[in-house]
Parts: sequence; C-alpha cells; structure tokens
Amino acid sequence: MPGANVIELNQVSYSYGGDALLSDISLKLAPGSFHFLTGPSGAGKSTLLKLCYMELMATQGQVTLFGRAAQDIGRDGVAVVRRRVGIVHQDCKFLDHLTLLENVSLPLTVSGQSTEANMAELRELLGWVGLAGKVRALPPELSGGERQRAALARAVIMSPDVILADEPTGNLDWEMSLRLLTLLVELNRMGKAILVATHDLNLIRQAKSQVAARVLRIKDRRLQLAGADL
Amino acid sequence: MNLAARLLSAIKGDPRADRAVPPTGFTAQLTVLTAAAMAFLCVFAIALSLATARLADRWSSQLAQSSTVRISAPVDQLATQTAAALKVLQTTSGVAASRPLDADEQRALLAPWFGPDLPVESLPIPQLIEVVETPQGYDAEGLRLRLRAEVPGAVLDDHTRWRRPLIEAAGRLNLLGLFCVGLIALVTVAMITLAANSALAANSQVIRVLRQVGARDDYIARAFVRRFTLRALAGAAGGTVAGMLAITLLPSADAAGGFLTGLGFTGAGWLLPLTIPPLAAVIAFWSTRVAAMRALKEIT
Ligand SMILES: Nc1ncnc2c1ncn2[C@@H]1O[C@H](COP(=O)(O)OP(=O)(O)OP(=O)(O)O)[C@@H](O)[C@H]1O
Ligand SMILES: [Mg+2]
Repeated sequence: MPGANVIELNQVSYSYGGDALLSDISLKLAPGSFHFLTGPSGAGKSTLLKLCYMELMATQGQVTLFGRAAQDIGRDGVAVVRRRVGIVHQDCKFLDHLTLLENVSLPLTVSGQSTEANMAELRELLGWVGLAGKVRALPPELSGGERQRAALARAVIMSPDVILADEPTGNLDWEMSLRLLTLLVELNRMGKAILVATHDLNLIRQAKSQVAARVLRIKDRRLQLAGADL
Repeated sequence: MNLAARLLSAIKGDPRADRAVPPTGFTAQLTVLTAAAMAFLCVFAIALSLATARLADRWSSQLAQSSTVRISAPVDQLATQTAAALKVLQTTSGVAASRPLDADEQRALLAPWFGPDLPVESLPIPQLIEVVETPQGYDAEGLRLRLRAEVPGAVLDDHTRWRRPLIEAAGRLNLLGLFCVGLIALVTVAMITLAANSALAANSQVIRVLRQVGARDDYIARAFVRRFTLRALAGAAGGTVAGMLAITLLPSADAAGGFLTGLGFTGAGWLLPLTIPPLAAVIAFWSTRVAAMRALKEIT
C-alpha cells in the first residue's frame, strides 16, 4: 500500500531553471527506515531534501507525503504536513530576537500548543542535546555546534514521523557528531524515518555499526545505492 | 466570522504570535503619525462637507420666497396696475405663485422704520407683490421687459436671486468635501500598504523560519495585521480628537453666519467624525491582510 511510506518520490526531476539538476529520482522513506544521502558538493542533496518537505516542487514526477500528492496539498496543508516532518537545515535559521527555549518551542507555538504544558518535555529535550544551560541565550550568542543541536531539538519537539537532516554534523567535532548520531539512532528506534544528507563518511560507517542504514548517492543527477565500501 | 469579530480578535491578538515577529519601531511610529494626520484632515473634510450642505439648504429655502414686484403708481391707478402685473406674472413660466401683500403685511414690513401705527391705506406707498418661483426659476430679464411694456409702475426686485449660482457652488463644495474624504481613505490604504510591505520585506527571514516550522499563513499574517490595525486606530483616534478640538476652538459666529464661520458640527453631526478611528482600523486591517497574504505567497 503506497500510503504506508512517510515520504515517497516517484521518478522525480528538478531543475532550478536550466538543465535538470536531479532526474528520475525514486525514493521511499518507510517508518523506521534510516537513510544517508551523499554526493559531491553541489550534487543536489539539499535540493532533494527541499523536495521532500515541499520547499521546492518537483518539475516532473510525483512527490507523496503521508499518502497525499504534493501538488494537492494547499498552503495550509503544507503547514500541517511540516508539523509531522522534523527538519534540520544546513544553515540553521532561528529567530534571533527569541531565546533558545522560545526558538526550540516555536513549532509548538505556531501550532497553537501551550509551551507551559510541554515545559518538562522541553527541558528534557534541551538536556538531551546538551543545551540545558543555554535556555535563555539568544541564537547569535550560540556556537555553530550549539545551533545545530538546537536545530535538532526544534526538529523533534513535535515528535514528527520523519526527520530530514541536512549536514547536521557540519559544525560539530567528532565527539559531538557521535552524540548527535546517537540521538538520531535513538529516534530511529522510536520508529521515526530518518534521512541524513552528509559528506562525513566516517559518520556513515559509525552509523552502520549501530543501525541498518541504507546509503544513497547522487551521481550524474541520479540517485543510486552506494557501493560496498560504505 | 464577521468583520467586527475578526477585527476584535485581531486587536486582542495572540501575544506569542505577536512575539514571533520582532518589533518594528520606526515604521510603527510613522504609521501612527500618518494615520493621525489623515484623520485630522478627514475631520475638516467632513466639517466642510456638512457646512456647505447646511449653507446650500439655508440659501435655497430663502430663495424660494425671494422676489417681489413693487408697483409705484398714483393712488387711482394702483389697483389696475397691480391687477395687470398679476396677470403678467400668472402667465410667466417659472413663477409658481404670486400674491399682493395686504395692508397688515405691508405695515409689518414698514414698522421697523416708521413705527406700528402707519396709516398705510392713506399714504402713497407702493404695493408689493410676492413672487414664489418654481425650482427651475424664471427668466428675470424677460419678465422685466414684459412688466415694463404692460405695467409702467412695476419694478421687479430679485435681490436674493444672485445667490442661485452660489447655491450651486455650495453643492459643489459639498461634493468636493466628500471627494476629499474618499481621497484620504485611498491615501490611507496606500500608506498602510506601503508600511506593511516594508515590514513584511524586513521580516522575510522571520516569515521563512515560521513557515518552515509549520506556521499557517493566517497565523503569520495576524501578527502584522494586529500591529497595523492598532497603530492606525491609535493614530486616527489622536488625529480625530485633535481635529475636533481645532474645530471647537474656531472663533464662534452667530447661527446665521457666513460660510467660513459656519465650519463646525451641530447636533448629531458631532458623531460623524467619531466614525473615523474605527474606519481607519478597518482600512488598516484589510490593507495589511491583503499585503501580508500577497507577500506570503512568495514564501513556500
Ligand atoms: N535557489 C537556487 N537557484 C538556483 N540554483 C540553485 C539554487 N539552490 C541551489 N542551486 C544550485 O543547485 C545545485 C545543487 O545545490 P544543493 O544545495 O542541492 O547542493 P548540495 O548537494 O546540497 O551541496 P552541498 O554539499 O554543498 O550542500 C548547486 O549547483 C547550486 O548552485
Ligand atoms: Mg547542501
């Protein structure tokens, strides 16, 4: 049954206007699956993730989220869908005038849920990403790694069905990268589908020792399963 | 939801939604200031419109019984000439009615100058005929020529008829006042739209983040709509009060005063400018909402 997949791409192509950047991409993210996405810089990893959360719309082919065709989901529908998709962007954007705590709870706020009612969970989550001491800090006062961990916390606060992370360890040292990976693996064990775009082959190797992760690579505009070296 | 309820909820707002958009100090002050200036001007435009309408009314009612024909003739010819003049008047198009004043009325007219006991009947004073004209009016020159030909002692006195073009001008001024109110509303729409667009552009990054974490367009728009509605309301309230004060403080003139001194509100007219602040709020509400929805379409 096609609705069983959280996100599905069917022969999707995308171009920013010129030649196709991605073509004939098919991908199924089932609940509890763990995927890595690799490829050279500029190959289109971030673009592929943006297609998955409807920041971009496929120029050809079919994107399906939670069983609904992307082109049938209106603007309000996109908002609702994004509450079920946790996104960690490559450039972690926050609202610089709000504290870390307010930023992390922003998905709750915009969906009309009370931050107070979820305060215990929020504090636990911030402890989990090692930011318990920074709740009152403003985003410009955080280091790159702290921002990435905050972005992960914000991505999971709504307990989404799928987490899309774009270079989540880009600014982290190895020790912190491992911690973040542990967090992702833990979320995966809770049944969430995970898709991580990364250059970090060591991270992928490390992950494969913990979970059954599939490694995808974008090469010549197409998506392929990576070789046995990974 | 009807407009009033939406306005109210926009004004009450959601403090957390409001916090999501950073404060916009300078634009905010400019919006309040321009709303106040527009409301001030609007008070005067309304006052002008009301004053000219009153003036036109008063002048037209005076005009209706304005003209008289005066017959000055030797006493023995007075009756025949009066009859002849009445005959001419009855056959003049544009004259609704004509009637010779009787002795009591003539005495009343002369009383201010000669006292109440004037023996009108025995004095060689002229006979007056009151002429009431139709709304279209009569051709004064033509009537004058016919009277001169047929009633040598008749003089047509139409001294208040000169106001006829003035009444038209007053009516025109009244329209002009209404037109100004319309213009002010248009300028307010343009001004709020510009200010809202600038606030939306300055916050495009904020809007992007809010969309990415699952905020609906309506939620984001409300934060902007609330601010501009409140600012327009506050500014317009200040401007209206200032405008009404300025009009109250105009040097007062007697009720029959001329055009400029008649600029003011009377009775229920005082309620009219009080509608300016809520109308400004409605204008700000819709202008901001339209601007926000259009800007949001650009952001996925
Ligand atoms: N908004 C845009 N308009 C036009 N071209 C774009 C846009 N965004 C990205 N591109 C181009 O599309 C290509 C793929 O970009 P993308 O960000 O998907 O690459 P990536 O695989 O994520 O790279 P990296 O590993 O450096 O993050 C790049 O050549 C980039 O210049
Ligand atoms: Mg990228």
